[in-house]
Amino acid sequence: MVDPIAMPNVAGSDSPVVTVAPGWAFAAVTVLGALVVVAAVLDGALSARSSGGPGGAPGGAARPFGEAARLMRQRRRTTVQADSLLWRIGGAGLLVTAALMVAVVPLGRWTIFDLDVGVMWFNAMDVMVWALVWLTGWGANSAHSLVGGYRFLAHGLGYELPLMFALVAPAIAAESLNVGRVAAAQDGLWFVVWMPVAFLVYLLGVAAFSVGGPFAPALGSDVAGGVRAELSGVDRLVFETGRYALLAAGAAFAVPMFLGGGAGPLLPDWAWVLVKTVTVLSLLVWLRRRLPAFRPDTFMEVGWLVLLPAVLVQDLLVAVVAVWRS
Amino acid sequence: MLADIAFWGLGLVAVLSGAAVFYVDSMARATYALALSFVAVGLQVLFLQQNYVGVVTILMMVMEMAVMAVYMVMFMGMNPALMPMSMVHSNRTAAAAAVLTFLVLAAGVLLVDWPTRRGSPPPDVTVALGEALMGPKMLVMAVISPVMVATIVAGVVLAAHRTRYDRFGDDLRRPTPDDPQPGGVGR
Repeated sequence: MVDPIAMPNVAGSDSPVVTVAPGWAFAAVTVLGALVVVAAVLDGALSARSSGGPGGAPGGAARPFGEAARLMRQRRRTTVQADSLLWRIGGAGLLVTAALMVAVVPLGRWTIFDLDVGVMWFNAMDVMVWALVWLTGWGANSAHSLVGGYRFLAHGLGYELPLMFALVAPAIAAESLNVGRVAAAQDGLWFVVWMPVAFLVYLLGVAAFSVGGPFAPALGSDVAGGVRAELSGVDRLVFETGRYALLAAGAAFAVPMFLGGGAGPLLPDWAWVLVKTVTVLSLLVWLRRRLPAFRPDTFMEVGWLVLLPAVLVQDLLVAVVAVWRS
Repeated sequence: MLADIAFWGLGLVAVLSGAAVFYVDSMARATYALALSFVAVGLQVLFLQQNYVGVVTILMMVMEMAVMAVYMVMFMGMNPALMPMSMVHSNRTAAAAAVLTFLVLAAGVLLVDWPTRRGSPPPDVTVALGEALMGPKMLVMAVISPVMVATIVAGVVLAAHRTRYDRFGDDLRRPTPDDPQPGGVGR
């Protein structure tokens, strides 16, 4: 071989963030796990409140722990001629995908994977969710869970393009696809202030790729639980954890893209990233309980006739501003 | 060294999962074996410092395979896609074509006088690739894309069972179209 192959990477020496040793990936996964617990506890507390205070729903804020303990002791349900390989890949993949998403999110100055096309990387990971949710629905060899898988793909065709073009806006303004540079480009004025449409569509996309809130019909009780109809025991626990992890990863990615990264007074930048992430995460958990479901068969038109033009106009405005500034 | 092992390992994954497409007996496994093959190729492209091209390959191919899963249930009559089925047909012709292609390509590898490298790679190979592909041919590319979109739209219009007269009436005066499948924005 004439040229030795170099390791892929890197945004160059003038990158605004520092790449830490790979061992810190464990710390990043721990932070992601803590965010999952925060989201699950908040979700439990909110559902206890909405069902009429203490005593209404079992557990409240402690529900996720009780539910985890129950699922870990539950015997695994088997179905006839299940495609177990694809089923397990789908169920466990959500958690892995969320971990790969946070790999490109800088915690203040530190990042694990300073990829020069980090925004595209995040986008590629959220497309992986399409495959994984459908595989979970397929693997059980059950009609209801397969219907759930197709419901998710029907939603996906509607939400994915608006989400992609929502991610384009900060990248145009920062003139970079590197997440650290996008965060650094918001010196003084956060992108959320002058690209609110892109931010809202992005949040909708996060709710969508975590299969929650308005995009929960894929797991609907009208199809016996949809994708997770036959999931039981630890498999179900890993799937649910993966959904919360995707929600948390989406909230974390919103911080460098729209909310100025680690910028803020008094606290160090890593603390600001965590504060903002928890705030966005709480907002998402609360909001996705309040929104009505989008019907999978009609959402496509909402996505392509309302969301997509709105976010394209947003991109155009951002592009005009970017050209005018340079 | 580590990068070399990873690069060749990914190459092996790409070839083996590509072969698995024809070996497995389930449409879902074949589809996602092909997706895995493309993901491995996309990761290999990252090692060639073409980060954008590599990540876009992963993104597009995973999405394409997910959409293929939709089509395979929509259009495969009697749903063989949901049952175990063979992924191969016309075995003799296919084997002959494969052997012939391999021989031609292998002969090309051995017989062609490969040029030696002149100069050195530019600092940003993605920009260089983009300019080499698009630079002098931007006008052609800009013309081809609307033509391709128009072809797709025309194809769908010609293939569609219902016309605008079914939707808007014989004099096209109906205010809201009469569609079997209602849309999401009140039409």
